[in-house]
Amino acid sequence: MATERLTAIRDRVDSRPATSRWRPGRRLLAHVALVAVTLVMLYPLVWMVASSFKPTDEIFSQPGLIPRHFQPSNYAEGWKGVSTAFSIFIENSLFISVLAIVGNVISCSLAAYAFARLNFIGRRIAYATMLVTLMLPTHVTLVPQYILFNKLGWVNTFYPLFVPHFFAVDAFFVLLMVQFIRSLPRELDEAARLDGCSPWKTYRYIVFPLLRPALVTTIIFTFIWTYNDFFKQLIYLNDVQLFTVPLGLRQFLDSTGDSSWGPMLAMSTLALVPPLVLFVTFQRQIVDGVATSGLKG
Amino acid sequence: MAITYPTIGGRRRRRTRYQNGWALAFLAPWLVGFLAFTAGPMLMSLYLAFTKYDLLTAPKWIGWGNFGRMFGDDPLFLQSLKVTAIYVFVGTPLSLAFALAVAVVLNRGLRGLDFYRSAIYLPSLFGGSVAIAVLWRKVFNGDGLFNQVLALVGIHGPSWISEPHTALGTLIALEVWQFGAPMVIFLAGLRQIPREFYEAAQVDGASRARQFWSITMPLLSPILFFNLTLQLIRSFQAFAPAFIISDGDGGPADSTLFHSLYLYQEGFVNFDMGYAAAMAWMLVLLAGAVVAVNFIFSRYWVHYGD
Repeated sequence: MATERLTAIRDRVDSRPATSRWRPGRRLLAHVALVAVTLVMLYPLVWMVASSFKPTDEIFSQPGLIPRHFQPSNYAEGWKGVSTAFSIFIENSLFISVLAIVGNVISCSLAAYAFARLNFIGRRIAYATMLVTLMLPTHVTLVPQYILFNKLGWVNTFYPLFVPHFFAVDAFFVLLMVQFIRSLPRELDEAARLDGCSPWKTYRYIVFPLLRPALVTTIIFTFIWTYNDFFKQLIYLNDVQLFTVPLGLRQFLDSTGDSSWGPMLAMSTLALVPPLVLFVTFQRQIVDGVATSGLKG
Repeated sequence: MAITYPTIGGRRRRRTRYQNGWALAFLAPWLVGFLAFTAGPMLMSLYLAFTKYDLLTAPKWIGWGNFGRMFGDDPLFLQSLKVTAIYVFVGTPLSLAFALAVAVVLNRGLRGLDFYRSAIYLPSLFGGSVAIAVLWRKVFNGDGLFNQVLALVGIHGPSWISEPHTALGTLIALEVWQFGAPMVIFLAGLRQIPREFYEAAQVDGASRARQFWSITMPLLSPILFFNLTLQLIRSFQAFAPAFIISDGDGGPADSTLFHSLYLYQEGFVNFDMGYAAAMAWMLVLLAGAVVAVNFIFSRYWVHYGD
């Protein structure tokens, strides 16, 4: 069952109880080293949050974390933005991300079902082709895609940023779902077939509901990838009203330079809130997803 | 109805029934996407690589012109290759080394594993974003956090992001800061190694170092290979951090002019689409060659269980 596989993954990722393989003293040393590593890793983030509440001149004169002059107005100033409110950027980013998620969930699961469960001529070749696309640098399709979308009149719209996701272009998720479907017992499909289910009904009522853990991973990582993406949004969106969070941050940086650190760091902090909330909520699924398939943030 | 035959392994064998129609229906979106957004564009960019094209007038065939320009009279292109190569070949080994070292310590069984793993992984989740690149700019600025910390021990640091010989270093640091993702993959791999191996080695009197090189490394080598390949392909394509830290121009003195950044400038600022396409194909060839060499050498150090 799917749940069995999940438990297997969980066991693999879960912490084992402390063992006695440590020499006395070494355990403490390891903790000290790990705490130091963790501190170095997290300090820049903590510093960013702390600095976002400081007046700009205090940020670069005081390395300490606690603001002397607590200045939450950085957020208000940043939120107003240069010409457009930051809320527009957040709305746009969320809009694109949600559509990309819907597209990936539908198109990747359809393709994965065919690869995992249906017999058809050319299956091996099609599957191998799909795997090869995993390794391709995206740059090689960037220029012609731009030309294509330009011909369609889609430059300066959201279409180039989400429409491809309705056509299973993220092979990573197809692969993830193929592996998951293969771990489901075939007897389920057989039983459904004997009861007269067509492949469509088997997919819709048996496989798709059981896919849920893989879908959760897909949803989380599609969101993070789309939300963090910069290159495509940079080339396709020109109108400030269409700007996303990364483009908004860049505009703010360009127009204020290094003069207003406070508001700049306040907006950067805000920009990280959605992925952080996801991480806190779905920590386990995210770590499992990375561990089992090599997905990155 | 298909008749099933039990076989020795308990697996059932069915006569192959083809479901071509259904498969086509299920695969239609993927197939259209593959043709329209991957295969088609790849062929198109292969053609464009041999043309001069500015998006307004029709592409003009110029043969090997673009490639001659890259290696003949475009020092910026060569510079972008150099920058990308340093970034890839310094950043990747460093972050994998950190990832492996921390994973090995964590795997020894410590309290708080979940906390350490999450905390160290977190930067990977944010890593490539513009927000973090902005933060990095502030951290390595002349008045930034890094110099404030150095000042505590009496060192007066330069403005790291505006010095040509240190700017790339800050980007490599940003890459290494994200070693949490490969670390999580290593941890999952380490968990698969049976503890009995280590117990047996200990009985035989093998030292910790010996255990690492004779048990951990061989058994982990497929995971290391996997991580290495993933990381290489990703680093070759790095874009956002260099763009933000250098204000989009690859400065100071072209020291952060990544391949992708130069491709962006030529293709989407100067609209020299033919040249950009040729550069993209050059990256595919170079990255492909590195991955292929890595693959060929893998037979000497990667062990897939006997």
